[in-house]
Amino acid sequence: MNVHEYQAKAIFRAHDVPVPAGGVARTAGEARALAERLGGRVVLKAQIHAGGRGKGTFRSPSSADPLHRAGTDRPLGGVVLVDSPAEAAEVAGSMLGQVLVTRQTGPAGRQVRHVLVEEAMRIAREHYLAIVVDRGLACPVVVGCAEGGMDIEEVAARRPEAILKVPVDPRSGYSPWIARRVAYGLGLRGAEATAAAALVGAAFRTFVDLDASLVEVNPLAVIEDGRVLALDAKMNFDDNALFRRPEVRELRDTAEEDPLEVEASAYGLNYIRLDGNVGCMVNGAGLAMATMDAIQHYGGSPANFLDVGGGATVEMVTNAFRILLGDERVRAVLINIFGGIMRCDVVAEGVVAAAREIGCEVPVVVRLEGTNVERGRQILRESGMSIQVADGMGQAAQAVVVAAGGR
Amino acid sequence: MAVLVGAETRLLVQGLTGREGAFHARQAVEYGTRVVGGVTPGKGGQQHDGIPVYDTVADAARETGANASVLFVPPPFAADAILEAAAAGLPLVVCITEGIPTLDMVRVFAALRGGATRLIGPNCPGIITPGQCKVGIMPGHIHRPGPVGVVSRSGTLTYEAVAQLTQLGIGQSTCIGIGGDPIVGTSFLDALELFEADDETRAVVLIGEIGGTAEEEAADYVRRHVRKPVVSFIAGQTAPAGRRMGHAGAIVSGGRGTAAEKMRSLAAAGIRVVPTPAEIGRTVQEVLGS
Repeated sequence: MNVHEYQAKAIFRAHDVPVPAGGVARTAGEARALAERLGGRVVLKAQIHAGGRGKGTFRSPSSADPLHRAGTDRPLGGVVLVDSPAEAAEVAGSMLGQVLVTRQTGPAGRQVRHVLVEEAMRIAREHYLAIVVDRGLACPVVVGCAEGGMDIEEVAARRPEAILKVPVDPRSGYSPWIARRVAYGLGLRGAEATAAAALVGAAFRTFVDLDASLVEVNPLAVIEDGRVLALDAKMNFDDNALFRRPEVRELRDTAEEDPLEVEASAYGLNYIRLDGNVGCMVNGAGLAMATMDAIQHYGGSPANFLDVGGGATVEMVTNAFRILLGDERVRAVLINIFGGIMRCDVVAEGVVAAAREIGCEVPVVVRLEGTNVERGRQILRESGMSIQVADGMGQAAQAVVVAAGGR
Repeated sequence: MAVLVGAETRLLVQGLTGREGAFHARQAVEYGTRVVGGVTPGKGGQQHDGIPVYDTVADAARETGANASVLFVPPPFAADAILEAAAAGLPLVVCITEGIPTLDMVRVFAALRGGATRLIGPNCPGIITPGQCKVGIMPGHIHRPGPVGVVSRSGTLTYEAVAQLTQLGIGQSTCIGIGGDPIVGTSFLDALELFEADDETRAVVLIGEIGGTAEEEAADYVRRHVRKPVVSFIAGQTAPAGRRMGHAGAIVSGGRGTAAEKMRSLAAAGIRVVPTPAEIGRTVQEVLGS
């Protein structure tokens, strides 16, 4: 699960990770009031679940033309420094409700509903800090880099030796030397190193206390007055641990997610919307990915990933069907169920019931395998619906690509 | 002789009295697996479907002589259940549970490292030696005994591969589902080592997916240590970066863990990499024939 920067910073503040003074505005008036309280000169940061905001551009929801700062020909970006509360209100007003497009959002962009208003900082130096679980080492690692404020993946590709990784052995647990190692590794000395080490230690505790999957501070900034602050804050959380982190669960912003994905998650379905036109419903994540791959292999393009679970029930099949058909780009549907212990006749009945109930305008190809498979296929064939029964996964993928009219 | 489980396996079911545990224990017994006991705290002394239930794994292991355990324990309690099985000295623990917090698995992995217990999973279908012993949730009837070792991060995709093999008359020595989580107890590498040493196994099917670098490590291991032919498929060639594809571990992040990268590494190690799962069976037939 992802959260906004303003939410991550509120978490940081509550866990003694120093951040700039600031608050979140939902209206131009709130932005003005915050700027007044913060002394007038502030940074406005559009809040969306995607990076690259500083270099992003705004457009209105109804037009592709870029928006400009009022009275100028300068394009409006996602991060703007302003000098007065009046200017803060004006710029926040032109961000809110508009669409921010960055290299991470794709051309569709994201609508901005919150603007973070923060005191402007005089930055001396920028560094990089992250905490993640390293899969190979099977433990958390603290990652530091003296070069901050830039794309860390680029640094990793260009100069891997510039990146410092300190594993935290779960047998001994976290110990302050880890934070010192990172702070000195960033090239900091004296009081700055002490302050940075305190920040790293607090960030690590935050990571563990909230079952995060990522804490990223880019940049971790040394301010001209000597303070060390998390100027940006990114946190992702382990979905598997949300059951024991209700305070994190509350931070979910479903407006940032595709509405069909939100609906699917409410039914316990794994659905991810893609750009193609072949809808697919599969049981099991690996088989679902493989089905998408097979569709592409035969010249088609999958509209989604949809895993109804290893042991899908009829209700799940029905709900999944409705979500699939909710995507207006879908031209044909492939249902690929490897029943296993699950009975194919039950799945077939579910598919037919769902197609009847929802009303399906597009061709459907079904591939069933497992217990009672013959009975299942018979139910599909005798349903009177335009359901094509395929034998094997390769044949099913080819048939659905043809039915969708190719790419 | 197959690997890890067989006719000599004496199995405990942790979470026997739950819905999933009870169902799959019955299926295992029907398949011929020797299910010798179950563990559900608070229900010790009862019988469930004729299987004795114990309060602790230690009691169950002592009373039944069990040498393996399979877990159908809900995610909040699964890490604890794995640690309990390891503390009771069981050499093999198979964790089916999906949805265990990653930091719980960090703790479990560290506790088991260097010890006598091998963990399979979590978030896996389990392990089966066809005709002898079924430990997990896979459909037994699609398998048949034979010369192919199967190791996979996925459940139903493994059934797909197994069904193709069986349809072609090619049986399996042992099928190991290592699990779809970012941290799992047994790696591709461990499974390859077992299959390479197993006389009965003549070829290996390795089914990977996007995320992490386990397939790249497996490729390196195959190049250096494996003489038997390996056929591989990697799921997720069309998966978008940054999205978690169902499995907690299936995510391309920071440009790492892509299917293309894995397929390149595997092919460079001399492994037959097939572009769609529909070709797994036929390709195994080819490598066995040569």
